Amino acid sequence: MTITEDPATGNNALGNNVLGTRLLRKEDPALLTGEAVFANDMKVPGALYMAVLRSPYAHATIGSIDTSAALALDGVHAVYTGADLRDTWASPMPCAWPVTDDMKNPAHYPLAVDKAVYVGDGVACVLAETDAIAHDALELIDVEYEPLEAITDLEDALSDRVVIHDELGTNASYTWPLVIEENEGDCEAAMQNSAYVVKERYVQQRLIPMAMEPRAVVAQPEPFGGNMTLYSSTQVPHILKVMTALTLGIPEQQMRVVCPAVGGGFGSKLNVYAEELLCVGLARKVGKPVRWNEERSENAQATIHGRAQIQDIELAADENGKLTGLRVRLIGDMGGYLQLVAPGVPLLGAFLYAGVYELPKAFDFSCTSVFTNMTPTDAYRGAGRPEATYAIEHAMDALARKMGIDPLELRRRNFIPTVKYPYEAYTGLVYDSGDHDKAATVAEGLLDYAGLRARQAEQNVPGARKRLGIGVSTYFEMCGLAPSRVLASLNYSAGGWESATVRVLPTSKIQVVTGTSPHGQGHETSWSMIAAEKFGVDPADVDVLHSDTAIAPLGLDTYGSRSLPVGGVAVGMACDKVIDKAKQIAAHQMEANPDDLEFSGGVFRVAGQPDKEMPLAAVAFEAFTAHDLPDGLEPNLEEQVTYDPPNFSWPFGTHMCAVEIDTETGRTEVLQYVAVDDCGVQVNPLIVEGQVHGGVVQGLAQALWEEARYDDDGNLQSSTLAEYLVPAASDVPNITTGESVTPSPTNPLGVKGVGEAGTIGAAPCVMNAVVDALSGLGVTDIQMPATPLKVWQAIEDARS
Amino acid sequence: MEVTITINGEEQKHDVEARTLLVHYIREHAGLTGTNIGCDTSSCGACSVHLNGEAVKSCTLLAAQADGQEVRTIEGMAAADGTLHPMQQAFMENHGLQCGYCTPGMVMAATSLLDENANPTEEEVRLGLEGNLCRCTGYHNIVKSVLAAASA
Repeated sequence: MTITEDPATGNNALGNNVLGTRLLRKEDPALLTGEAVFANDMKVPGALYMAVLRSPYAHATIGSIDTSAALALDGVHAVYTGADLRDTWASPMPCAWPVTDDMKNPAHYPLAVDKAVYVGDGVACVLAETDAIAHDALELIDVEYEPLEAITDLEDALSDRVVIHDELGTNASYTWPLVIEENEGDCEAAMQNSAYVVKERYVQQRLIPMAMEPRAVVAQPEPFGGNMTLYSSTQVPHILKVMTALTLGIPEQQMRVVCPAVGGGFGSKLNVYAEELLCVGLARKVGKPVRWNEERSENAQATIHGRAQIQDIELAADENGKLTGLRVRLIGDMGGYLQLVAPGVPLLGAFLYAGVYELPKAFDFSCTSVFTNMTPTDAYRGAGRPEATYAIEHAMDALARKMGIDPLELRRRNFIPTVKYPYEAYTGLVYDSGDHDKAATVAEGLLDYAGLRARQAEQNVPGARKRLGIGVSTYFEMCGLAPSRVLASLNYSAGGWESATVRVLPTSKIQVVTGTSPHGQGHETSWSMIAAEKFGVDPADVDVLHSDTAIAPLGLDTYGSRSLPVGGVAVGMACDKVIDKAKQIAAHQMEANPDDLEFSGGVFRVAGQPDKEMPLAAVAFEAFTAHDLPDGLEPNLEEQVTYDPPNFSWPFGTHMCAVEIDTETGRTEVLQYVAVDDCGVQVNPLIVEGQVHGGVVQGLAQALWEEARYDDDGNLQSSTLAEYLVPAASDVPNITTGESVTPSPTNPLGVKGVGEAGTIGAAPCVMNAVVDALSGLGVTDIQMPATPLKVWQAIEDARS
Repeated sequence: MEVTITINGEEQKHDVEARTLLVHYIREHAGLTGTNIGCDTSSCGACSVHLNGEAVKSCTLLAAQADGQEVRTIEGMAAADGTLHPMQQAFMENHGLQCGYCTPGMVMAATSLLDENANPTEEEVRLGLEGNLCRCTGYHNIVKSVLAAASA
């Protein structure tokens, strides 16, 4: 797949056809040899180590705190309580997505002052000479807690029987409806008058992102002048910079954020955390570097959780199975406080509840988010879209069972036809491109769907111990959240643009500066491929700079599968802008009209004059010496582009799998997994496949294993990797990926995002297979995760 | 107490607290930060190193338990001229890493696995890597990498 001539610029960049190749990653040698530096690896002479004392109670008032014994310990520099630091903060910790004007948002400070509202809520912190001493000191701090009743059930929380934040008077944070005004009433009419209606309740269990690198922070004050550098294992250095400046009252120009190598994020590092603010605040206070390393058990309690919704869905269809109406009621669990973008997560799902199907504007959506005495939730891989996709796809299977038709056939009857793209959806948003039947057909072939159905009929006879289940899910994903104007209508406090600067250096080597912040996605490789293709050079001659606000001052970072469809496209546009300028210089040198110049393979040529050519390197050097430039043209080849896309990008796909369930033990084995993810034009298929593999396993893990379990008192019972089941290699199957490429018409590269696609498709695919395997026994549904015990219990209940 | 460990062929002598874990000795005292810490329950394998040629989780041993012994870390895998070890090369060629945090431990565990079983089946590779968690790759390309290294 190559870029054709861009009609907007006339630049034809078929230099060396690097786009679409499986180029090995530039990032790998440093990571493979241990040379890469993660935040925790930094050697910072004279740094003090911070440790945080965390509430053992889910809900408790904080009485007196005795820190004297901790302070007396040799090597302890200071101990602070929430009250001690009250004056350190210019404002509470940020929530950047006030989805409604009347959203209730309790003041949230890096250390709790009067009340702890979840297990893991910070109540005091220590600065000491070593990490070990800091942790020893934590055990010497004596806190008088007055335990209160903990609220861990969402509907119980909504009853306001116990109010967590007294000043709010209620546990409900907001209710956000999506009302299609001109069609109000259509949804109810569909429910009353349609041939089929299914009404289901699904529980999206709480998940813990569990990036392999726990968080780590180093705050380093400059010795003079008040400048501060914050090194953090974050996905969002630019957002963190502005939020840290605001929260601590630091002039923003004095704040620099750097994220070195970051060991996975999945949304869990898309936040502004207490420990980041504490390290910066305390480093300013004591005038020394302050660092903090998160332990895994802290990571499970104090880094955000994901999902945590209750979904009530009603789906109506006519006698042929064509959808006629959809109603959704959500309860979102925010946990103890509102984190950075948490309130927006259920909203993002609202636009995807109809999946890839034609739905009349008979849609009625409302979500209510509520505070509970559990770890705050926020965006986790897919953020609202996996939940929505699960609900529609699982309900589609329920509808197919009700109608007695094949679930794949039901989906085909409802696919948005390819000819109708770009397609204005029931929500008013416009889907850019799609070919759902193709994706489904490719998956069907790879899985041998028909063959498996035949095998299933033979295998699933009465008395069979092992039953075969086949799962299908189709999905739409919306990513590259933009344009900024649309985000404004959702009350999101930031834009959706991304920045790129491209420089051709005097020696003709190329620097790309991006506002994205990769942590496993391989942007250094992909962005250099985009630039290499544009300039007709070797990707090895392109260097990509990122994740340091002093080097890349403009950016909105990496989350929500936005990097390529916004940031990567910006890189391509900045290359075009540089090429346009270079063209003027080359034309001037060759005494030609710039409009007569062609650029390919790294060489400018005058159309129709084969003897006249000038390589990029010569132009770069001329631009640098500035000895003979066109009148009025500034020296140097450097251009910056800020790209605000006109629309979201809409990846889509079909996943299929086969599972076998042992009815005696309840164990589910995934025999085969097929993923066909269409993310438009692929810059590097190697990286695309890797993203899909990882995404699928995270979705599969939600279906079968993972759950943040709390007891009635709000104690997290799965706070280590020994209790929280992140799958190992032996738990998961190989994943067959199938190809479907439907370019996006929205951007000149034709790309869409892919980071979350696998996760979005996987959980419903696996759960549909589980229920499919057991429906012959009378099992109608199982809530995630489908653990052996739950599956066995469901079989037993159906038998009795 | 003084603990002497030969790491990647170089003798290290450090005065450490008795409670110092091997992983902390390697990272903080020997200054070799390629070995990572991912959990506190010996579940994740990010800290895997070779002790006397066998893969161990360096967070489950005291440094004192390795006194007088040989440790190899990820920094000791590539040749002096920078040529990658065949296992590292296989990971690179098969996109067996994304964020790279689990990678040093994976490479150490996988190398040890092939030392014990030069021609494993896919299932044996998956079982052999059970003690090393990865959150990025879904293991597909890690397994592919190890099988490729075995047949290299």
